[in-house]
Amino acid sequence: MNVGKDLVAASATPLILGILSEGASYGYAIIKRVAELSGGELQWTDGMLYPVLHRLERNGFVQAVWGQSEAGRQRKYYRLTKSGEDELASQRRQWQVVDSALRRTQVKSFQLVLQGG
Amino acid sequence: MTQETENPKAGTRSSLEEGIAEWRSYLRRRPAIHSVDVDELEDHLRSQAGALAQAGLSEDEAFLIAVKRIGDLDALSREFAREHSERLWKRLVVTPDAGGRSGVEVKEALVAVALAVAAAVAIKVPELFGVRMQVNQELPAFYVRNLSLFVLPFLAVFFAWKRLLAPAARLWMAVPFVAAAVAINLMPFAPGAHTMTLAAMHLLIALWLAVGYAYAGGRWRDHDQRMNYVRFSGEWFIYYSLTALGGGVLMGLTGFVFSAIGVKPEALLATWILPCGAVGAVLIAAWLVEAKQSVIENMAPVLTLIFTPLFTLLLLAFLGTMAWTGSGIAVGREVLIGFDLLLVLVAGLVLYAISARDPLKAPGIFDALQLLLVVCALLVDAIALWAIAARISEYGFSPNKVAALGENIILLVTLGWSALLYGRFLARRVGFAPVERWQTAYLPVYALWAWVVVVVFPPLFGFR
Repeated sequence: MNVGKDLVAASATPLILGILSEGASYGYAIIKRVAELSGGELQWTDGMLYPVLHRLERNGFVQAVWGQSEAGRQRKYYRLTKSGEDELASQRRQWQVVDSALRRTQVKSFQLVLQGG
Repeated sequence: MTQETENPKAGTRSSLEEGIAEWRSYLRRRPAIHSVDVDELEDHLRSQAGALAQAGLSEDEAFLIAVKRIGDLDALSREFAREHSERLWKRLVVTPDAGGRSGVEVKEALVAVALAVAAAVAIKVPELFGVRMQVNQELPAFYVRNLSLFVLPFLAVFFAWKRLLAPAARLWMAVPFVAAAVAINLMPFAPGAHTMTLAAMHLLIALWLAVGYAYAGGRWRDHDQRMNYVRFSGEWFIYYSLTALGGGVLMGLTGFVFSAIGVKPEALLATWILPCGAVGAVLIAAWLVEAKQSVIENMAPVLTLIFTPLFTLLLLAFLGTMAWTGSGIAVGREVLIGFDLLLVLVAGLVLYAISARDPLKAPGIFDALQLLLVVCALLVDAIALWAIAARISEYGFSPNKVAALGENIILLVTLGWSALLYGRFLARRVGFAPVERWQTAYLPVYALWAWVVVVVFPPLFGFR
């Protein structure tokens, strides 16, 4: 199963914030972690991550610093800020609302099937 | 800021490094993606390619897959543009990159400002010797004669400094300025002499072209350098006009707010702010053109593109109306100068269209339009010249008329020859190079004529 384009775009922000809440990270590692967490079901176009990261930086949810990779290359690391944590909490609640609403519809239709049968 | 050298694996420049360098330069051409973003994306690309190579892929395969995973660059560039929409505009400010100004740029700005201040001071120095500018009075003759000498030497110095002119070349550069200063101040002009005004105007042209020597770093014979100076001049004119517009608004508002509190700043504005600002802006505009030349599109060719069809239309309509009504040109005092200006404008349109044209492109519709414009201008001018020649004996030969006639002939020659070359080019008999070369080869003729008007005209007409 592949997750649709719109859902991928909508879920990018909470996922990135969630991954960064585990500790500071950088673009490539974030992509790898997304694949890991979703068991490979969430496929991002790698480049598209960066405009999203830059938007989060502009909104003050993450803070970026240039550091060095193990190989000595320049690498931009992102860290969650306090307002980023708040945003993550708020996004989590929003997704829970959507998720639980969706679950209820499934239960209801299941019950309808039972009654009908 | 490429990272090749920091990469321990890159002993020699492998195909991977070449691939990455090419990919970088491709990405770098997109205005919405800055070099720091390219650095970030490159780190991603290298991490991805490294991981794929460790999984057993060859270096090239790993690179190709990593590039593909980054995604379509057009789409990526659009996303960057959406996130950083201001960047599409930021190329209009002096430093395009957030990376900070380099020392050279700061130094150049400082030199330009220092020279602008020096020119502004220079134009007020004669006051110490009793030559005063006064409100609502004609400019003293001393200023009229020396106007170009108050500012253009500073511009020449700026380019001499920027192009690291050799000491011998600096001496050569000074020659026209010294010669002009001596000639124009030693000549015994009668009060209110026409030849003095003419000489002052033509000195401006002559010395502007002399600045070109410094601009070209002494290589004034080089046609590419000449064309660059033409481009510079067009851009400079546009920047100067814009600066002047801003200055006008500033002065107007200054006048307004101070008169509102009962203080009359006219004298200060007219004798200090206006002259100092006008000469200082020459340097500032030149510096801006230099600082921005590789950053933004040149404006002069864009204006040319807009106005070439419009002027062609105007001339066609004029010729058509004249043929229809059968009315000739009423020859008045200003007619010759008016038609000179028309030719200057057409010559300018041709020059700037050529300056921006890719010489390797095949002839197209715009080239045909250029030819049509030139031919129309030649026709209109020929009719005007005929009308003037018929009555030239009535005028007598005043200096103004001879100068205007000379200019008309000079412009007719360049436009006529341009038309011929354009025709041959459109017929695909020759390439575009001769058309372009003719324009730059002809530049010294303008300088020569300007010097003739400066040096020969006053004695010829008895300094009247």
